[in-house]
Amino acid sequence: MKLDAKVPSGPLADKWTTYQDHLKLVSVKNKRKFSVIVVGTGLAGASAAASLSEMGYKVKAFCYQDSARRAHSIAAQGGINASKNYPNDGDSDFRLYYDTIKGGDFRSREANVYRLAQVSSNIIDQCVAQGVPFAREYGGLLANRSFGGALVSRTFYARGQTGQQLLLGAYSALMKEVGRGGVELHSRVDMQDLVVVDGKARGIVTRDMVTGEIKTWAADAVLLCTGGYVNVFYLSTNAKGCNATAAWRAHRRGAGFANPCYTQIHPTCIPQSGDYQSKLTLMSESLRNDGRIWVPKKQGETRAAVDIPENERDYYLERIYPAYGNLAPRDISSRAAKRMCDEGRGVGPTGRGVYLDFAEAINNFGEDVIRDRYGNLFEMYERITGEDPYKVPMRIYPAPHYSMGGLWVDYNLMSTIDGLFVLGEANFSDHGANRLGASALMQGLADGYFVIPYTLSAYLATVDQKAVSESDAEFKDTAQEVKSRIDGLLKVNGSRSVDSFHRELGNILIDKCGMSRSEEGLKEAIGKIGQLREQFHQDVRVLGEGTNLNQELEKAARVSDFFELGELMCYDALERRESCGAHLREEFQTEEGEAVRNDAEFAHAAVWEFTGDVSKPQLNKEPLTFETVKLATRSYK
Amino acid sequence: MRLTLRIWRQKDRNDPGGLQTYQLDDANEHMSFLEMLDVLNQHLIEKGDEPVAFEHDCREGICGACSLVINGVAHGPLSKTTVCQLHMRFFHEGQTITIEPWRAKGFPVLRDLIVDRSSFDRIMQAGGFIDVRTGAAPDANAIPIAKPTSDLAMDAAECIGCGACVAACPNGSAMLFVAAKASHLNLLPQGLPEKARRARAMVKQMEAEGFGSCTNFAECEAQCPKGISINFIAKLNRDFMKASLFPQGGGGKREA
Ligand SMILES: Cc1cc2nc3c(=O)[nH]c(=O)nc-3n(C[C@H](O)[C@H](O)[C@H](O)COP(=O)(O)OP(=O)(O)OC[C@H]3O[C@@H](n4cnc5c(N)ncnc54)[C@H](O)[C@@H]3O)c2cc1C
Ligand code: FES
Repeated sequence: MKLDAKVPSGPLADKWTTYQDHLKLVSVKNKRKFSVIVVGTGLAGASAAASLSEMGYKVKAFCYQDSARRAHSIAAQGGINASKNYPNDGDSDFRLYYDTIKGGDFRSREANVYRLAQVSSNIIDQCVAQGVPFAREYGGLLANRSFGGALVSRTFYARGQTGQQLLLGAYSALMKEVGRGGVELHSRVDMQDLVVVDGKARGIVTRDMVTGEIKTWAADAVLLCTGGYVNVFYLSTNAKGCNATAAWRAHRRGAGFANPCYTQIHPTCIPQSGDYQSKLTLMSESLRNDGRIWVPKKQGETRAAVDIPENERDYYLERIYPAYGNLAPRDISSRAAKRMCDEGRGVGPTGRGVYLDFAEAINNFGEDVIRDRYGNLFEMYERITGEDPYKVPMRIYPAPHYSMGGLWVDYNLMSTIDGLFVLGEANFSDHGANRLGASALMQGLADGYFVIPYTLSAYLATVDQKAVSESDAEFKDTAQEVKSRIDGLLKVNGSRSVDSFHRELGNILIDKCGMSRSEEGLKEAIGKIGQLREQFHQDVRVLGEGTNLNQELEKAARVSDFFELGELMCYDALERRESCGAHLREEFQTEEGEAVRNDAEFAHAAVWEFTGDVSKPQLNKEPLTFETVKLATRSYK
Repeated sequence: MRLTLRIWRQKDRNDPGGLQTYQLDDANEHMSFLEMLDVLNQHLIEKGDEPVAFEHDCREGICGACSLVINGVAHGPLSKTTVCQLHMRFFHEGQTITIEPWRAKGFPVLRDLIVDRSSFDRIMQAGGFIDVRTGAAPDANAIPIAKPTSDLAMDAAECIGCGACVAACPNGSAMLFVAAKASHLNLLPQGLPEKARRARAMVKQMEAEGFGSCTNFAECEAQCPKGISINFIAKLNRDFMKASLFPQGGGGKREA
């Protein structure tokens, strides 16, 4: 596998403009002759599909939900970063770039991150023009807040539903283009495979989720904008339908998968309450500004929180990280919570939870002030748990939230398969080993509105490829493979439900390949996952037919891919013999339990190649070089 | 917690469908309503019966996918709460719960509790956008917008497009949805140039999709999980009237 990042030459700040100035263009007349498939209608997909259609390309867009507006981007709460520097507090492209690359623990590609910062301001302009109702000051100008520990206020937001408002903006642009006839939109359609002809991505195979029809679609290029994969853990903050199938199938056809073990576990989520739990709900990180985190000093404590006296409580973040205290970064806080629960000091019915206590803040500022700051979050907490956080401390626990890993792409967002581009959370590019808050929305829209319109044009202007059609052998063969796979799942007729397998896989992964990993644990996980995967294919029970709406069948196909991805995550974690970003390798930590990064051996993206055998993936490396920043150790003590 | 569930089962678009009764003995008050259905489905699978199909995705009250009528009320008994955020502690031991899909001419049933809401997307395609191309936007602070105006637009923009308003309306009208969508854009200066065209086009498409007309029952507002106000319907009616009086006008200039 050849990994050429194709980063343009020249000084970091000039790379993108130089690239734009010299890129080959497709003439207006010729654009109509090119067709592009866009899979996914989240921030990345909707913005790409709309922009490409406006330029004149023929676009076909796909999503598995009933409406493009329901893509998982809709659920983002906090906000979106941009280097506008409206508050005049010293922000700049360079500062946004630097914060992002440092936040990622120096495991992302410099040139991509710099470009992201450069286009961030355009995103805000575009969204406002579309009618996105960002929060405003009384003077009528846009409001900002600070987020994720940044020293400047660069986050734009819309009432705790920034994702919905940004997506409605991108969706409205998409609807405009559908209405105009530039985009053909197919909802309730599940991509099941990628069609590769002469080494180039030329189409996809889909299953119609209402009729079960297997169909093929040909095009000149394929864009995957299919989101993240942390649902591999079963319990996560992602929507139930989020899946890895599109990316995984592309990987099996030759696309390198980069850093699969890089997943982010968010510290403040509502803990699991029982075995029936279907997903985890994120509580905004802002709560840590006023809440104090603690566990009982005694193991196996049975008293209620309010009955435990002050001197028998361990405010462990304040104790271990006196400088940052309860505001320690996501990865540090998450790991510490896990350690407390592993020591048997966790709280709540399952013992996997820590207290987030507002008693002192209420005492100091009064209940009204706290209500004003967090009223809707407290309400949501009470709606879900039935407990009133004004009276008893909240219980929180870390939950899988975001995947930094994904399909490897070069500077042009093209994967290792020519003509296959990957945008948004589905690619690996900009967040290294740890993503900062409010930067995923920025990346999705940067990729879709401002990067791909250029880089795809450059590709189409120069590519030399023959015409293909759905009746070609490659299309028919791939469709046949999809049919066999689906028939295979229906035929097993075993004894266990898809969910029961998925839960078991999730438990193995969160335990052995979650926040902290060890060589021993990972090897054990690899063995277990392999066995469970075999059992799945021999004993899963998928009722009903393939020829109508069958939600169990949809899940089964996804879980079967999660099994393979889960195993790869473990190989990747095993290979990375260092602690960095969101991941602690137990063998590589200081005596106090802090991460020890190893830049000499691991300043690279680990890019995995499918060899035909799921259990024998091939590792390739893209070395990461840094021209403008010095690799520093992150310390929060 | 023991429950008797009466659930609408329908194989596909053409099947007449009907209510079926199930006993569930192991629900508990901490479950969400959808988790309760997950548990029922696991039991059905164990017995070899096909599970109940229902729509859901985010399970956080924001994507608008979940769509159940519970004991005759869209999204169930708790106001301003989608069914995915409704928990079983609002039901009681031994209760009989009837679960049906959205029912409206504009929303044909696809299977069990899942309906086809693509009509909403077609209404949006007709006019639910501001016609601006990528890259052609002025600086975001070039047009200051008074905070009250922007907040009001945001109130309308909170609509999650679930369709509860249609399911709640005795006439099966989609006016609350269309009004929320049109008002969000019509209130903002960026949306003014196309205001009249937008109102006309969206209302026309709504009628073409077979939704009923609005006769002010206000059930839509009562059952809307986001509490969207029916005042937006009055606003859309005004925008539509003006658009009909001056069919050539863009509409923006005539506003005070
Ligand atoms: C609860 C929550 C809160 C968050 N808050 C923030 C925040 O405040 N700020 C921030 O920056 N980020 C936040 N994030 C992260 C951010 O929301 C996501 O990373 C981002 O929205 C992903 O966008 P996307 O376009 O890449 O993918 P998605 O929005 O997930 O879209 C994926 C699309 O692909 C389609 N798709 C997937 N698989 C298939 C298939 N096989 N066939 C057909 N279609 C398919 C889906 O239908 C969908 O349209 C949050 C995430 C979560 C979970
Ligand atoms: S499942 Fe998304 S709103 Fe209920």
